[in-house]
Amino acid sequence: MISCKEVSRLVSVSLDRPLALRERFWLRLHLWRCRSCGNFAEQMTAMRAAMRRLASGPD
Amino acid sequence: MAPIAKEDLAELRRYLMRFALLHLRDRNRAEDAVQETLTAALERENGFSGGSAVRTWLTGILKHKIIDVFRRQRRELATSELADDDAEGRDPDALFDAAGAWQTPPASWGDPAKMLEQKRFMEALEKCNGALPERLAQVFTLREVTGLTTEEICAELGITPNNCNVMLYRARMGLRECLEKNWMSEGRPS
Repeated sequence: MISCKEVSRLVSVSLDRPLALRERFWLRLHLWRCRSCGNFAEQMTAMRAAMRRLASGPD
Repeated sequence: MAPIAKEDLAELRRYLMRFALLHLRDRNRAEDAVQETLTAALERENGFSGGSAVRTWLTGILKHKIIDVFRRQRRELATSELADDDAEGRDPDALFDAAGAWQTPPASWGDPAKMLEQKRFMEALEKCNGALPERLAQVFTLREVTGLTTEEICAELGITPNNCNVMLYRARMGLRECLEKNWMSEGRPS
């Protein structure tokens, strides 16, 4: 089982490139068991959407 | 290219200004970049194929202007005292304990769709983006707003892929932490 710290890095990487099968497996397993990291992953995705909204204007 | 109506031009300019300001985080620099973009557009009007919207075409020109500014800044930063580790923001490792568990486990921010409609969240995001260390903000906005790939960012800014990934990670962690302080802790509306 990978740690929350490693998960935070993997979540960030997943926003920039497709994860390898092994990375995806460990990430999903961890997210399935850890609500805090699930919240973190949602926040990262929300921040991306919000940054794009900021650029285009409240379009 | 067909002439652009005055009100359309004003709207285009507002959009370009918003786009430039989000990247450059300085009104004067953003105004200069937008002005240069519009000037370049007038000079190469024939370069507009008509296959895309005028806004898309102008945004493409502005992206190059922004990258030019970033390159100039990087040359200046490299020779200044800002080039030390402090310029990269707080080390995200501090957010975890020795075993790699969260020191403060992330709580839910609620419905993401509702969040985007919250003026206070968007204001906090803009403020936090403005507070990111310069070099992190450059990489972060090129990735998240302009949509460049990490390979493209590396090529444009002359950094290694590993450095780029580390900077993106630090920027995201820093932005999230800032939002926790400036938005969550101030009692966000549910």
